Amino acid sequence: MNLIKRREFTLLILIIIQILLITLRAPRFFNISNFRDILDDTAILFMVAIGQMLVILTSGIDLSVASSLAFSGMSVALLNQYHPEISVFIILFLSIIIGFILGSFNGLLVAYGNIPPIITTLGTMSIYRGLVFVLSKGTWVSAHEMTDSFRLFPRIHVFGISSLLIISLVVIILFSIFLYYTRTGREIYGVGGNITAAQYVGINLRKIRYLVFALGGGICGLSGFLWVARYASAQSDTAIGFELQTIAACVIGGTSIAGGSGSIMGVVLGALFLGIIKNALPVINVSPFWQMFIQGFIIIVAIIINTVMSQRNQQLILKKREL
Amino acid sequence: MKEEILVLKKISKYFPGIRALDEVDFKIRTGEVHALVGENGAGKSTLVKIMTGIYQPSSGDIYLNGAKVVFPSPIHSQKAGISAIHQEATMFPELSVLENIFMGHHIKKSERGLLDWVEMRKRTKELLDRLEMDIEVDIPVKNLSVAQRHMVEIAKALSRDARIVIMDEPTSALTLKEVEYLYRIIRKLRAQGRAIIFISHKFEEVFEIAEHFTVLRDGKFIGEGEIKDTSPDKIIKMVVGRTLDKMFPKVETKPGPVVLKVEGLSKPGVFKDVSFELHQGEILGFFGLIGAGRSEIMQTIFGIDPKGEGEIFIKGEQVNIRNPKEAMDKGMAYIPEDRQLQGAILEMTIKDNITLPIVDKLSRVIFLNQPKEWEITEKYGKDMDIKAATWQQLVLALSGGNQQKVVLAKWLATIPEILIMDEPTKGIDVGTKVAVHSIMSKLAKEGIAIILISSELPEIIGMSDRIIVMHEGIITNCLDRKEASSEKIIKAATGILE
Repeated sequence: MNLIKRREFTLLILIIIQILLITLRAPRFFNISNFRDILDDTAILFMVAIGQMLVILTSGIDLSVASSLAFSGMSVALLNQYHPEISVFIILFLSIIIGFILGSFNGLLVAYGNIPPIITTLGTMSIYRGLVFVLSKGTWVSAHEMTDSFRLFPRIHVFGISSLLIISLVVIILFSIFLYYTRTGREIYGVGGNITAAQYVGINLRKIRYLVFALGGGICGLSGFLWVARYASAQSDTAIGFELQTIAACVIGGTSIAGGSGSIMGVVLGALFLGIIKNALPVINVSPFWQMFIQGFIIIVAIIINTVMSQRNQQLILKKREL
Repeated sequence: MKEEILVLKKISKYFPGIRALDEVDFKIRTGEVHALVGENGAGKSTLVKIMTGIYQPSSGDIYLNGAKVVFPSPIHSQKAGISAIHQEATMFPELSVLENIFMGHHIKKSERGLLDWVEMRKRTKELLDRLEMDIEVDIPVKNLSVAQRHMVEIAKALSRDARIVIMDEPTSALTLKEVEYLYRIIRKLRAQGRAIIFISHKFEEVFEIAEHFTVLRDGKFIGEGEIKDTSPDKIIKMVVGRTLDKMFPKVETKPGPVVLKVEGLSKPGVFKDVSFELHQGEILGFFGLIGAGRSEIMQTIFGIDPKGEGEIFIKGEQVNIRNPKEAMDKGMAYIPEDRQLQGAILEMTIKDNITLPIVDKLSRVIFLNQPKEWEITEKYGKDMDIKAATWQQLVLALSGGNQQKVVLAKWLATIPEILIMDEPTKGIDVGTKVAVHSIMSKLAKEGIAIILISSELPEIIGMSDRIIVMHEGIITNCLDRKEASSEKIIKAATGILE
C-alpha cells in the first residue's frame, strides 16, 4: 500500500506540525537534549502501550496495566531495600516474571473463565493496586533506600542513549518481529478481526487470548522496575491512571478498539504524540490547571483528524474498485 | 471408477434436548460435485461442522480414503484436506487477501523460523491467477466485492491443497455473471480430481452443477442418488417430506386505484429516473441483479435514505417523507432484506418485537396497554403461524423461517396499506417459503398493495401481478403477469433493451 495512505503517515505529519507549532511559541523547545528527554519520558509508555495494543487487537482491553506495573515496581523495590546484595539483572528478570504472573491471571480469567476483559481487568486493577498497599503497608521506598545500581540502572548511557530507551527500543523491535513475522503474531490479528473465522481456520482462541494478557503483563512488570528506578521512588500510587494513557496511545495510533487492526509503529507514534504534549505544555507556559483539559482536547482532535483521513482513503479505494 | 474419498457412517449429534443428526450416512467420491440438500434445520450445517472438526459426532465414524479418522479440531480436518467455505463470511475484514489466505497456516522459513512473506506472496499470486482473479494481494478484504471474497475463500482452501471443498450456499449473494464464473471454477476443481460438497437452497443450481445428491430432513438421512436419474419435483418431495401443492399460491385479484406513484426518482450513481405506479391489492415485483438499485429505491421511498430528485405521491397526494416514522404514518411498511440486522431484535421477546412499531399507539400516558399488546401479539402471531412455545420467547431462539414470520407479523400489526418486502424468502426453507407466499396472496386479497423485491426468478414470476425489471439503476422493462417469461426478464436484467 502507498506510504501516504497509511495512517501512520498522517500521524507523523501531525507530530511534525505539533513540533513546529510548539517551536514557534517556544524556540527553546527545539533542541536535541529536550527531544532526548521526551524520548526517555515516553519510553515506558511505548512499551506498556504495545502490551495494551496486543490485548486491544484481540478485541479486549487491559485496565490493570498501571496496577500491575505498580505492584511489580513495589515488589522489586522492597526486595532491593531488604536484599541489596541481589544483582540488578536478577531484579530485572524477576520484575518481568512478576508482571507475567499478574498478566497470566488476567489471561486465565478471560480465556478460561470467559469473563469479559473489561470486567476482569476492572477487578484485577483494584486487586493488584490493593496488593501494592498490602505489600508496602502504605509506605514508600525512597531513593536512599535503593542501591545505586538499582536506582541508576535506567540512567546508564550507551553512546549517549539511556538504557531505558534502549530497552524500550528492544521491546518495540521484538514485538514488531513477533507480530509480523510469527504465526502466533498474525493469529492475534485474526482473533480480533473475526473470532468465528479464527476458530474455523483452526486458531487456538484460548491460547491467544491468554497469551496477549500474559505478554502484556510481562511488559508491565519490566516497566514497573524501570519506573521505580527512574523516579527513584516506589509508592502505593505509582503510575495511577497510566492505563488510560496507554489506551489513548493505541487509539491515536490507529489501533481499532473493536480489534483486528493496528500497528506497532502507529502505537509508538501515538505514544510519542502524547509524550510531546505532556512535555510541551509547561514549556509554552500553559497553566497546570489547564493541562489535563488541553491534553484531552488534543487527543480527541488528533483522533478525529486521523479517522477522517483514513475514511477518505477508504473511499478512494472503494471508488477505485468501481472503475 | 472414482474412489470414495470421504465416508460418514451413522453419524449422530446430540445437543442438550435436541437431536441435530440421527444416524446420517454420507459419502463422496473424488472428482465429484455432490449436492447436500435439505431445509433449514435439516442438519446440513451440523454435518458440515462435523466434517470440518468444529463439532465432534456423538456417535458414528468418519472414514477418509478408507481409513477411520477423528477430527478433534478444525486444524485436524484441514490437515486431512477438508476445507469449507462457509455461508457466513469467515474472513478477516481488516487483513489483506494474502493474510486471509494464509491465516492459520502461514508459511515459515524453517520449522521454528519466522514467516516467509516472499513465498506467501508468490503463492498467493499463483492461486489468484488460477482463479482468474485480478486483484492486489495486499488489499484488505473489506474492500472486495462479495464474489471476490468467495474466490479468496476458495483460494484459501486451495492453498491448503484441499481435496474436499465444502461450499455452503456459495451463490446466495452473487450476481448471475458471478455465479457463472463460480461454476467455471467449480468445474475446474472437479477436473483436478477434487471433491466438492455443494450446499444450496436453489434447486436449479443443484441440477446445473452437481452430479450426485444427498437429502437430509429433520436430522435424518432421507436418500441419495445421481442427479441424472431424478427430477426437481422428486428432490423437493424428499426435502419437504410431502408434495407441495403449490409453491406459489397466487390468488388472482383485481387491482384497485393507484396508492403509490413515483415519478422521476433519481439518486446520482445509484438509480436514475425511476417512475412506477402501485395499485391497491396488487403485488408488484421488482427484479434485478445485485447492484440494480432496487433496495435503494425502496429505502429512499421509505425515508431511510435522503430523497434526491423526483416526486412521490400517496393516494394522489404529493408527499415529502423524511424518515421512516413519517412513512409509517402514511401507511407504509418496509420489511428489510437482512432480518437479523435490520428486522428483528434478536434479544427481545416475540411479543416485544411484534408490538415495537406500534408502541406509541399502545401507550396510555406512560404505561403500555398490556391486554391490548397481548391481543395483537396473539392475532398476528397466529396469523403468521409462528412456531414458538410462548410469545415471551426470545426471537434469538427461533429458526430463520420463524424469525422472518416475526418480522412480517411486526409490520402487519401496523396495518399498512403499502407493504414493501425485500427478499422475504431469502435463506428460508421451502415450507416457510410457501407459507410466506400464501400470506402475501392473502394480504393482497385484503387490499394491501405489495412491492416484492426478489432475486429468485420463479418467485417473481409466480407471485407478481406486474414485474419491473431493473439494470444498474434504470428500469429496463415492465411486464404484465401474462406476458412475463424468464427470458424476457433476464434479458432486461442484464441490460439488453428491446
